[in-house]
Amino acid sequence: MKTVRITLMGFGAVGQGVAKTILSKNEYLKKQGIDLRVVGITDSKGSDINIDGIDLKAVISRKKETGTVATGNMSALDIIRNVDHEIMVDVTPTNIENGEPGLGNMLSAFGAGRHVVTSNKGPLAMRFSELKEAAEDNGLFFRYEATVAGAVPIFNLVHEALAGNTVTGIEGILNGTCNYILTRMAEERMPYELVLKEAQELGIAETDPAYDVEGIDAALKLVIIANSIFGTGATYHDVDVTGITKITPEALELASQNNSVIKLVCEAVDGKLRVAPRLVPKRHPLAVGGTLNVASIQTDLAGRITISGKGAGSIETASSILSDIIYIARHL
Amino acid sequence: MIISMTLELKDIPGQLVLALEPISELQGNIMSVVHQHEEKTPRGTIPVQVMFEIEQSRLDELTERLEKSGVRVARVGEERLRASVSVVLIGHIVHSDMGDTIDKIDSTGFAEVVDLSLSMPGIEKPSSAYLVINAVSNRELDKALDILRDVASRKELLLIEPIKMNEGT
Repeated sequence: MKTVRITLMGFGAVGQGVAKTILSKNEYLKKQGIDLRVVGITDSKGSDINIDGIDLKAVISRKKETGTVATGNMSALDIIRNVDHEIMVDVTPTNIENGEPGLGNMLSAFGAGRHVVTSNKGPLAMRFSELKEAAEDNGLFFRYEATVAGAVPIFNLVHEALAGNTVTGIEGILNGTCNYILTRMAEERMPYELVLKEAQELGIAETDPAYDVEGIDAALKLVIIANSIFGTGATYHDVDVTGITKITPEALELASQNNSVIKLVCEAVDGKLRVAPRLVPKRHPLAVGGTLNVASIQTDLAGRITISGKGAGSIETASSILSDIIYIARHL
Repeated sequence: MIISMTLELKDIPGQLVLALEPISELQGNIMSVVHQHEEKTPRGTIPVQVMFEIEQSRLDELTERLEKSGVRVARVGEERLRASVSVVLIGHIVHSDMGDTIDKIDSTGFAEVVDLSLSMPGIEKPSSAYLVINAVSNRELDKALDILRDVASRKELLLIEPIKMNEGT
């Protein structure tokens, strides 16, 4: 049995999803020969530390009752540097202003010899090459499957399963909120504003929807894909972005009469990055409905491979995080 | 009309100009020239494929002029619009001069708008249109799309293009 100690930075929906998943997969992990222990957890109000392994059930109920995991106030950076562990899992919220606190957590972790697993897009969209270099310089793993398309394993697919292939292009739908809005508008012939309101009531869209509907979130994910798969050193400013706010029910209707749907498609082809509403034939594999995400990868050997699945949700995102943790654990 | 012509040139310098000059003299619009230097005909001539737009009434005179200058016309054919793309436009399509938008494509000679469905939900509200554009080949289609992108951006219309349907899809 291999003991693998992790810290969990951030205890929002995704962090709690990871904790629940580790609890429910305890037997599974043991069978894999992995004794997974969470030795530190932080949220915005404080932290909890136990070098023998934190009682996750107790933390989840404490968070529910008191609104925080805190039993002490050791900072995230202190824990990363001073509490012995193998993997730092950063699930702090995405910040596209300066990438913090995730960026600082990740760089400190590499400096302290910890492998990093994250679902946080901000630092990767802003400083991908710096992070990758820091990991490589220290001989550490840097895994970020959960940053793009939630449960859909795009990076594992390309880097592991499709190893040997040269990827010539990627198209995908990477924002579930936009996909939900466009799907509902097409099905119900409802105007954009009404569907947006409905999505907000269902918790699918944020109160300030700009981040999703203007295509910003999709563009950040496309930047991570471009960096990870094409190594282009791209940033958000390299993406040509058009959102979905101007789409009319009539346009969707006209598309439908011609056997097509309109989708917010991310595209990385010929070194160009574009996020824009596009016409997609109804029977095309990219034409997924609801909040689903999809990625279609064009390769030289395998041809085209398309995968779709849930792009959000705490357990679905935790699936990608756990897979990254297990990948590292197996290689330790 | 769009004509695709196979010409045979003598293997000496200056022949290509000799072949292309009469086309422009007769107001033809040359769209592509494929010059196959390595491929000689049994007659020792070099075949060249030229595609151009020209008025039908001038075609006979062109053939005559070419033959007179020693260029052999091996084949003449009319090109059909074989490539097709569908797009959606959203915005103030009618009030930004829809005729002009279509004309920008039609006037290229190599592409034209062959179908248009328009939906106008109300005054002041943005309209939506579904356009089908045909062109001689995919290359010309790309050029037509470039023109449409430019027009749409100047007229502040949202242009929704189809996804690239490359191999394997």
